[in-house]
Amino acid sequence: MKKGIALPPDPEEKTIVNYGLPRRKMLKYFGASAAAITLYSACKKDDDDIITDDGVNLGSGDVGILNYAYALEQLEAAFYIQVVATPYTGITALETEYLTDIRNHEVGHREFFKAAITAAAPTMIIPALEVNFSSIDFTSRASVLGTAKAFEDLGVTAYNGAGQLISTTGNGPTYLTLAGKIVSVEARHAALIADLLSNGTFAATTDANGLDTARTPAQVLAIAGAYIKTKINASNLPS
Amino acid sequence: MNLQNIFTEIEKVDPEVYDRFDTRRKAMKNFANLSGKLALVAVPLAVSAMFNKAYGQTTPADVNAVLNFALTLEYLEAEFYTKIVGSPGYLTASAAAQSALTKIRDDENKHVVFLKSVLGAAAVAKPSFDFTGGAGSGTGPFAGYLSSYAVQLAMAQTFEDTGVRAYKGQATNLQSNRVVLTAALNIHSVEARHAAHIRQMRRALDAAIPASQKPLKPWITLNYSGIEYPPAQANIQLSYASEEVTTQAGVNIVGLGGTFNDAKAASEGFDEPLTSAQILTIVNPFLTK
Repeated sequence: MKKGIALPPDPEEKTIVNYGLPRRKMLKYFGASAAAITLYSACKKDDDDIITDDGVNLGSGDVGILNYAYALEQLEAAFYIQVVATPYTGITALETEYLTDIRNHEVGHREFFKAAITAAAPTMIIPALEVNFSSIDFTSRASVLGTAKAFEDLGVTAYNGAGQLISTTGNGPTYLTLAGKIVSVEARHAALIADLLSNGTFAATTDANGLDTARTPAQVLAIAGAYIKTKINASNLPS
Repeated sequence: MNLQNIFTEIEKVDPEVYDRFDTRRKAMKNFANLSGKLALVAVPLAVSAMFNKAYGQTTPADVNAVLNFALTLEYLEAEFYTKIVGSPGYLTASAAAQSALTKIRDDENKHVVFLKSVLGAAAVAKPSFDFTGGAGSGTGPFAGYLSSYAVQLAMAQTFEDTGVRAYKGQATNLQSNRVVLTAALNIHSVEARHAAHIRQMRRALDAAIPASQKPLKPWITLNYSGIEYPPAQANIQLSYASEEVTTQAGVNIVGLGGTFNDAKAASEGFDEPLTSAQILTIVNPFLTK
């Protein structure tokens, strides 16, 4: 982490990277609006590569792509942590089982990227991002599963679009395979969630050639941005 | 084969594709107009030629080899679903299950058409298959699959999970061609969607699932196949070899983020690749020698 970035001293409680029990109660009382957690109010930096007036900079090259994936996994993990902490009305045992599994996978993905980026480029890792879930009604099955489907489908298109941006040399091929290991799990999630909403729609997103689609980081972040309060600067990513 | 679909597809992953094909878009337009007049059989070759031209090189032999490898797997899946849809076993399934298998069959057929159109004249011909797993004898361990819905689903799950691992294992061999890589990734995730649904269908049917591996999930837990089929247990297990790993790029996932992240969760969160040699070992019994 770059000098000058005021990371909260106790990520256990204060970041979406690890917000757990202490937040749950509050979330129950305040509902969705509480999910817009203010983390970095003391963190406005003008002289830093990662956090500037242009937002959190994902960086360039393969590390930029890893940060991009880390950002999306932070979003997904934060979402499912809350889904599991505050189950929607009428949730079934099967749905609880599946959504808990998915939370576990997404937290694993998030923590993997955190560890991998820290190991590969400790000064380049982006901080925990602030999420904004004010548009989601966590008490509503339709709202939660609809959002879950949007996130999973977005994740699939994001990874599918990022593959070609990863370098062909150095650790690039390793990262590409890692992205492949994760994207198929996101696709499994996407299929399951789609089926929960309407059985049989597991691959309804495929196009005329039977293919999923790919999105560029700019396209993905334009959509994800509605749920991420922190401004993200993707201008240095490979294209 | 719909040429326009392919261009739309390519444009999605490579917005500059028209520039690549020709710095003068007008020439591209001319080709599009011309293509409408080409005999259907000639079009795949033309597309292939354009791919080569667009990327300033002859498509590398290894990219074509990977695409043909993928095409062979898609031939297998497409023919498998084509055979089971309408079969006696299939007819015992619910309407929703029949509809899902039909949808998957259609997707696999589209993948065949798509890959053939990309490969053009370089596309391999469809091999002869023996879905009994008898390498042409017709008396392999899956003999009778047409009459058993449970066996059909077990085979479908294995084919889909294997397909996911096969594409994943080839991604790095496609890095020299960004368009092809992205197309392959866009197929890869669809195979994973299919696998997730077939697994739900198997859970609902609750047949041929080992008690120790329940509940069967849409994702792969450890190296569990979730399939109990003694005649071909070892062969089936090949498709799940090494899925239990919990360390990724030197990072041990177990325990990260909370105690809930146990070995099962950590293995589920990451699907693993297989090499082409491993895939061929799995597929060989289904190819007529």
